[in-house]
Formats: sequence, C-alpha cells, structure tokens
Amino acid sequence: MRYLLRKLGFYAVAAWMAVTVNFFLPRLIPGDPVEMMLARQAQSGPVEAGQEEALAAMLGLGHGNLLVQYGDYLRALAHLDFGLSVTYFPSPVTEVVGDAVPWTLVLVGAATLLSVALGLTLGTLAGWRRGSWFDSLVPSTTFLAAIPYFWLALLLLYLFSQVWGVLPLGGGYDETLDIGLSGAFLTSAAEHAVLPAATIVLSSVGGWMLGMRNMMVSTLAEDYVVAAEAKGLPPRTIMVGYAARNAVLPSVAGFAISLGFIVSGSLVMEIVFSYPGMGFTLLQAVQNTDYPLMQAVFLVITFGVLAANFLVDLVYGFVDPRTRQAR
Amino acid sequence: MTAPTVPTVPTLPTTPRATGRGWLRPALRSRRFAAGLALLAVFVLTAALGPWLADDPNAFTADLGQAPSGAHWLGTTQTGQDVFAQLVVSARGTLLIGAASALIATVVSVVVGIGGGFLGGLADEALSLISNVFLVIPGLPLVIVVSAYVKGGGAWSTILVIALTSWAASARVLRAQTLSLRTRDYVLAARVYGEKRWRIVLVEILPNELAIIVSQFIFAVIFAILTQAGLAFLGLADPSHLTWGTMLYFAQNAEALTSGAWWWFIPPGLCIAALGTALSLISFGLDEVLDPRLRVRKVSP
Repeated sequence: MRYLLRKLGFYAVAAWMAVTVNFFLPRLIPGDPVEMMLARQAQSGPVEAGQEEALAAMLGLGHGNLLVQYGDYLRALAHLDFGLSVTYFPSPVTEVVGDAVPWTLVLVGAATLLSVALGLTLGTLAGWRRGSWFDSLVPSTTFLAAIPYFWLALLLLYLFSQVWGVLPLGGGYDETLDIGLSGAFLTSAAEHAVLPAATIVLSSVGGWMLGMRNMMVSTLAEDYVVAAEAKGLPPRTIMVGYAARNAVLPSVAGFAISLGFIVSGSLVMEIVFSYPGMGFTLLQAVQNTDYPLMQAVFLVITFGVLAANFLVDLVYGFVDPRTRQAR
Repeated sequence: MTAPTVPTVPTLPTTPRATGRGWLRPALRSRRFAAGLALLAVFVLTAALGPWLADDPNAFTADLGQAPSGAHWLGTTQTGQDVFAQLVVSARGTLLIGAASALIATVVSVVVGIGGGFLGGLADEALSLISNVFLVIPGLPLVIVVSAYVKGGGAWSTILVIALTSWAASARVLRAQTLSLRTRDYVLAARVYGEKRWRIVLVEILPNELAIIVSQFIFAVIFAILTQAGLAFLGLADPSHLTWGTMLYFAQNAEALTSGAWWWFIPPGLCIAALGTALSLISFGLDEVLDPRLRVRKVSP
C-alpha cells in the first residue's frame, strides 16, 4: 500500500510538471499566438464569441498576472476545454484528438506487447545457450535498434507496397468503408496495421533481447542456479523458473525508458504511413501552426505514457516483492 | 560434489583504471570494438574531409532523378543534385549535432547524477525527482512541440532541445554509481584527511565513473542522431543545414518513395543505422572489457 501511494505521488508530480511545462512553453512563440490563431480561424469560418478567452486561457496567455493566468489555464484544462482546432476548423480539439487516440493506442499497445514477448523469449534463449550460433546473432540486433523508425517504415512501405504490391500504401483503413465493427472494416484495419506494427516490433525487439540476454548470463552464474542444477532439476525448469524469472526484473524496471523510445519512434513512423493516429495529428498541427491541437496532443501522449508506466510499476511491485518492502 | 558446470569467473577489480593504455589493448582484441572503431573512423574522416571529397551538394545538373550510374554513384535527386555528394557532406552536420547534443546532455547528467548522489539529503531528493520525471515524460513530443514554437532557431536550438530531453537516464545511472562509491573506504579516507568536497568528486569519484560516462555518452550520440533525423524529417530542423535527416525530408517531400527513387532515401537511413551500429559496437566492446562475465565464450550450460 505504501509502495502504491509513493508511486501515485510520483506520477502526480510528474503529471503536474508536464502540465506546468506546457503552460510556460507557448511563451516561446514569437508574436501574439492568440491573435494569430483567431485570424486564421476567421479565414475558415465565423468564430464564435468566447473563443478568444478559451484560446488565451489554454495557452496560458490570458489577462492578469502569472498566477491568474495559471489558474485560468488549469481550469480550462480540467474542463478539457482546448478550444477549436485550426487545422480541422470548426471541430473542437478534443474531438480531433479523441478520433486519433484509439488508432495509436491499439497499434502501439499491441505492437509493444508483441515486441516485449518476442524479445524476452529470444533473449532468454540466447542467454541460456551462450556462445551458440543463435547467441552470436544477438549483436546484429544493434543494427536494427540504430535504424530510425521512420526510415525502416519508408523501406518496408517501398518494398511491400511499391515493389511487391501486397500491402496498402498508407492510411488506417480503406476509406470507402464505414468505421464500425463490421468484418470488412476490421480486416481492412488489420491489413493497414501490419507494416506499422512490423516497424515497431523490428526496431524495438533488439533492445529487449539484448538486455534479457545479458541479465540471463549474469543470473546463470548465481549460486541458486548452480544449486538447482546440482539438484538435477530439468533444464527447462531452471531456465524459466530460476534464471529467466529473476533476469526479467531489470527489463520490467527499464520499461519507462523503452516506452518513451517506442512512443517517440511511432509518432514519426505514423507520418510515413499516414496512419490516422496521434503522430499524424501532431504533424498536421505542426504544419498548420495549430497551437491548441499541438498542446492537446502533447498532453494526451504524456498522460498516456505516464499511465502506462504507472501500470508497469504496479506489475513490478507485484513480481518483485522486495520493492514493496523497501522503505 | 562436482564442480559447477557454469564456470564462476573470478571477480576482477570492479573499478578499472580509467586512464592509461591498460584497457585499450584488450579492447582492441575484441572484434566488436575494433569493427566499431574502424567504421566510426570512416564516418569521422568523411565528416572532416567531406567538402573536399565531393562536389557541391547543392549544384543542380541536367540529370534529373537519375538512377545510380558511373557519373552519379548514387544517382541524382528530382532537381538533379548528386545524392552521393549530399550524403558525404551531410556526415559533418549529422555528427556535429549528435556530438554536441550528447556532450551537453552528458555534462548535465554528470552534474545532476554525481552532484545529487554525492551531496545526498534534500538536494539529492530534488535532483533525482527531476531526473525521474524527465525520464517518464516522452521526449520526442516535447521536442517537436518546442521546435514548432521556436521555429527557425537553427542548429543550436535543435542541439539544445535534444540535450534537454536526453540527460535523465544517464543521470540516474550515475547517481546510483555515486551512491555506491561514496561509501567506499578510499572515499571515506579522503574525507578523513579533510579533502575538499570538489576534490573528492573530481579526483576520487569522477575517474572511477569514466567508463560509465563514456558509455552513456556514446548512447547519447546515437539518441541525438536519431532524434535529429526525426525532427529534420518532420521539417522542424533548419533545412539549409544538410544532414541525413534533411536529405530524408527532401526525399519524402519530392515523393521519392512513390516515384521509386530508392537511391535517394535508402542511403541516408543506412548511414544513420551504420553509424549507430558502429557506436553501439564500441560501447559493447568496452563493456566486455570492463565486465568479463559478458564476454562470449564457448560454454555448455
């Protein structure tokens, strides 16, 4: 319980810092962003009354001193009032972001789980058979890890849709279909997700594999493993139940760093595939200098990553009882 | 009882000498390290001599969108620029941004990590809280948003933004190491002698963490190059500053992919990946030298 509260406190502080950084950042924008946004919106259609206040509050550039501005900003945030998007005028920002979230969540979530499972399994085997031909393949994964996600995406796209023509060129689904739980739509969505998911898995699996392999090698030298071998336990039991079980802990603890990498990589990767998720939306916002949308996307991604890390911390507390006892 | 089948490697001194030739010779014997170093040397030489090796990368020729040939080793872009010349000249920009961001990030992480770990108390609590927060907040979205706000800041703003978001992980590693070092006997002895605090940090602690700092620096370079490539690809870096990332940006904008101009977008990415691999190989080579348990040797489990 103590562990849980401490973690919860930490993530509350992290979330607060992200929100505060987001409050101060718009001050870097040269000129008057509020005026600029309003002028741009006015070009696309009539601007409702109250938009100026909403925009100013959200960008932390309203009236009054810094504290009042901060208060207004927090209030706007609590009501999820991000104003209207310039890019997709006159849709509210929340609606634009809401449409994008499920795509990224499903794609990145599923691909990450697959990559973790695959990487940990392969790493366990490589560490168990240290020095075998399989183990000597491990260093080659460093090449995969050093590839920019978006370039691998370009390469896969070129090969599979330009040269061989087996998979669609981009997008999240066949746009002639309606979004819904129909078989045709799901098949189309799955077909469009193959390459993006393959990009994430290929780029990130090496890191999990290498980390797991090195921890396996260290763990296999521990006395309890030697003792298990001396007892004559079957090798499988030793590998999974004794060595891998302990070797996996640093990988779980290091999840935060890896997740940051994966999320960052997939944002740019989505742009290559024109995948209708958060990365693509962020690019639209950047290209159209759509500050409200940019802020919303940044906050949603940050909160998503914080939530995922919190979940992993809970899992870690469960799999490693020592963390629950410590302090 | 029979001898254990897994050979227990005798624990070698865990604090290797950070200076001198002591570690370089066994390191060179590691094939990974030697291969990485050779590959890196090629890139560094290219970066240093680039402008003399290749023609003007921005010169337009009459050969538009040509496939690789004797005249243009890697073909030409849609506007007739030589891809090979661009690739060679971009090496300098890419390496400079990578090295500069990594250097700043490493300095920050050394100050925060070792400073916090050594001082302890409230300062440590505050610094490690900040590092942990920076660690869990995803870097790239922040970098993208900041770059979009300060549009057109040039190479330096890119360097600073990348450095700002990449120091946290190594600060945490260095803090942990400092916590373990500062209770060692020789540090306690130095305290008893009445050594000044800054002297203990610089003379007793820092040299013993040099190996970790170097390895963190190497990974910071890789991270910076990847991040810069991503930013440039999104059009958020100064496009007049040629890097492999900006090459990819131009290739993407000219729809090199759909027009089948593979010679335009494949080489820059391959260079980034090769450079990253070279740096990781060097780092793993160093790890093997410093941690003998990781060395690959034939053992039957």
